[in-house]
Amino acid sequence: MSSSFTDRLLGRVRLSGLLALAAPILAIVFAGVVTSIILLLNGNDPLATFGLLLDFSTKPRVQVIILNSATTYYISALAVAIGFRMNLFNIGVDGQYRLAALIAAAVGGAITLPGPLHVGVTMLVAVLIGGLWASIAAVLKTARGVSEVISTIMLNAIATGLGAWLLTPGRLAILNGNNVGTKPIGPSGQFPGIALIPGTPVKVFGMIIVAALLGVAYSVVLNRTRFGFDLRATGRSESAAVASGVNVKKMVLYTMILSGAVAGLVGMPQLLGASYSYSLDFPAGLGFTGIAIALMGRNNPIGIALGALLWSFLDNSNDILDFNGIPKEIVVIMQGTIVLSVIVAYELVHRYRAVAEQRRVSRQLSAGAGTPAQEVAA
Amino acid sequence: MLRNHAGKLAATTAVSAMLMAVAACGGDSGSGGTDTASQGATAASSAPAAADAAKVGLAYDIGGRGDQSFNDAAAAGLEKAKAELKLGETKELEAGAGETGAQKEERLRLLAQSGYNPVIAVGFAYSEAIKKVAAEFPEVKFAIIDDAAQGPNISNLVFAENEGSFLVGAAAALKTKKDHIGFVGGVQVPLIKKFEAGYVRGAQSVKPDIKVDVKYLTQPPDFAGFNDPAKGKTAAQGMYDAGADIVYQAAGGSGGGVFEAAKDAKAWAIGVDSDQALTADASVRSVILTSMLKKVDVAVFDFLKSYVDGTVKAGPTTYDLKAGGVDFSTTGGQVDDIKNKLDEYKQKIIDGEIKVPSE
Repeated sequence: MSSSFTDRLLGRVRLSGLLALAAPILAIVFAGVVTSIILLLNGNDPLATFGLLLDFSTKPRVQVIILNSATTYYISALAVAIGFRMNLFNIGVDGQYRLAALIAAAVGGAITLPGPLHVGVTMLVAVLIGGLWASIAAVLKTARGVSEVISTIMLNAIATGLGAWLLTPGRLAILNGNNVGTKPIGPSGQFPGIALIPGTPVKVFGMIIVAALLGVAYSVVLNRTRFGFDLRATGRSESAAVASGVNVKKMVLYTMILSGAVAGLVGMPQLLGASYSYSLDFPAGLGFTGIAIALMGRNNPIGIALGALLWSFLDNSNDILDFNGIPKEIVVIMQGTIVLSVIVAYELVHRYRAVAEQRRVSRQLSAGAGTPAQEVAA
Repeated sequence: MLRNHAGKLAATTAVSAMLMAVAACGGDSGSGGTDTASQGATAASSAPAAADAAKVGLAYDIGGRGDQSFNDAAAAGLEKAKAELKLGETKELEAGAGETGAQKEERLRLLAQSGYNPVIAVGFAYSEAIKKVAAEFPEVKFAIIDDAAQGPNISNLVFAENEGSFLVGAAAALKTKKDHIGFVGGVQVPLIKKFEAGYVRGAQSVKPDIKVDVKYLTQPPDFAGFNDPAKGKTAAQGMYDAGADIVYQAAGGSGGGVFEAAKDAKAWAIGVDSDQALTADASVRSVILTSMLKKVDVAVFDFLKSYVDGTVKAGPTTYDLKAGGVDFSTTGGQVDDIKNKLDEYKQKIIDGEIKVPSE
């Protein structure tokens, strides 16, 4: 077997045929069993619990919220996945999007422009700030060899401090009771929602379209362009990439900035579609959710979308558990178990395939000494 | 890539199929539109409720019960009301980390549409959510703590934390032997800055040249500062080492660490929200000089009582010194010698002679 664990972890090695089906099924069965055991230990009926969650999610209003959260999660996971495909671990999506959302909110609240232009400028600011913040880690890595894992984690902390400093009355924020936030963005700067789900007046974020386009762009750039090829090649083997003429330093710089630029958009669905202001209660920690979902979706744009939906479903329907006396923390356990199960299941299937392949080759070798061994396809 | 796509697709189909099967719910999740969930919820929750007794819904912010501070105080008010008033069923829900306003809204809505009335939101984070949900359920009475969100059916339970903090600041200044005291805030948010502002002003009214060290444990959106005793201990230790002999903490669950540091340094600490000489860990109660009482429990109880009596009034009810909503505690007798002076300050604030800044 020629692939490394990291390659398999990040979904760079593909499975085919029945095996491709076996891995996710194994993951789901495993996650289901573990969660059921925990529920039983806690004295709850697993079937009833899953039923409650599913039932609750059939309400139109809840479905809208699930789609809206999933939009945010999806963009976050895409930002992480861009780095993952090149072995760059951008742990800093969290700081990048928070800082980007704060400054974009301040700019969006300060200006008034015709509709689409206003939205565009706000989003552009977010993209620029996200990319700029990520570029610090990129430069540190290319110029000084600082691990991006360490630098992005530290930049998250710095972003928190910087954000808190900016988010005070007299700087970018205004006091509103016990809350403090940026000046609300006017109607022209708000991203209109879509009445996608019948039976509720609540609208789906218009940003869902932007998220979908980002997914398409991710797929096209990675698989159909020279840049994407270089990116994937560098991810698989840096030395091989260098040998074939890829400027690895430049790729690190570009990829990190691209990842940060996409991260800048993570806060936009909430900012432009619901809150219109960045305040103390703006959702935090979405960058880490993105890491989990990127791993779960194996960096594949469709896999990530499904992962984001599943994650959002669990996040948004758990109040009904609390309501019925089942601890909602069970949902966090489910999320963790699913991510681990996906990783373990794929690894098991890969190993099974490797062993089966070896057996087949050795059988062939012993059967006819003249037959050449087949290459193991990666 | 195509093969991979197909794999992923298969994966999720399997996921959903599996979940359906496990849930044995017939696979009609796509149909939407129907309101089965809420019916289920109502059926499940209304069964044991008394006919016309008030069913109380309470929604906490992050932390929920067990923070030994703000949320627990709200819970204590609910418990007292349960014991003394004729209440029906009560339901407490709590927020998760990193959630959006929409999720807070949905939580309040779930309570309101399942027949919970009144509904109490604990914390300013529910401000926007409660405005929307209260408008949708005009017949339900809502209350929100620490926020001024307006609505014809919203009661605001707000506190003058700065006034109470003024008194414990004065107490610290009267008791310090080194003219050097400290303040540890949980998270640097406007609400906690009110505590700081009152404390500093109170201390300075007694001793204009007093040195006050101020430290916040975390900055938003990192709210860990309200629940990290180790951080509280380190911060307070630093102040005691630097020469302070009394530290006031407004740090929720991190306050326990401040008390530990005070014990190690054989110095004083000042508690917050509850009378912590009674509620803190038994081993550190002796170091608590006094506590700034923020009577969230009283506010919650008063509101529930007014509901039961049918006298709920919308708009703000300010729990200040005058209303007895904030105060200093005398448990342990450590401030008995200066109680008269503190009561003088209290009277001056009540009379409006002293204006306490809130930031």
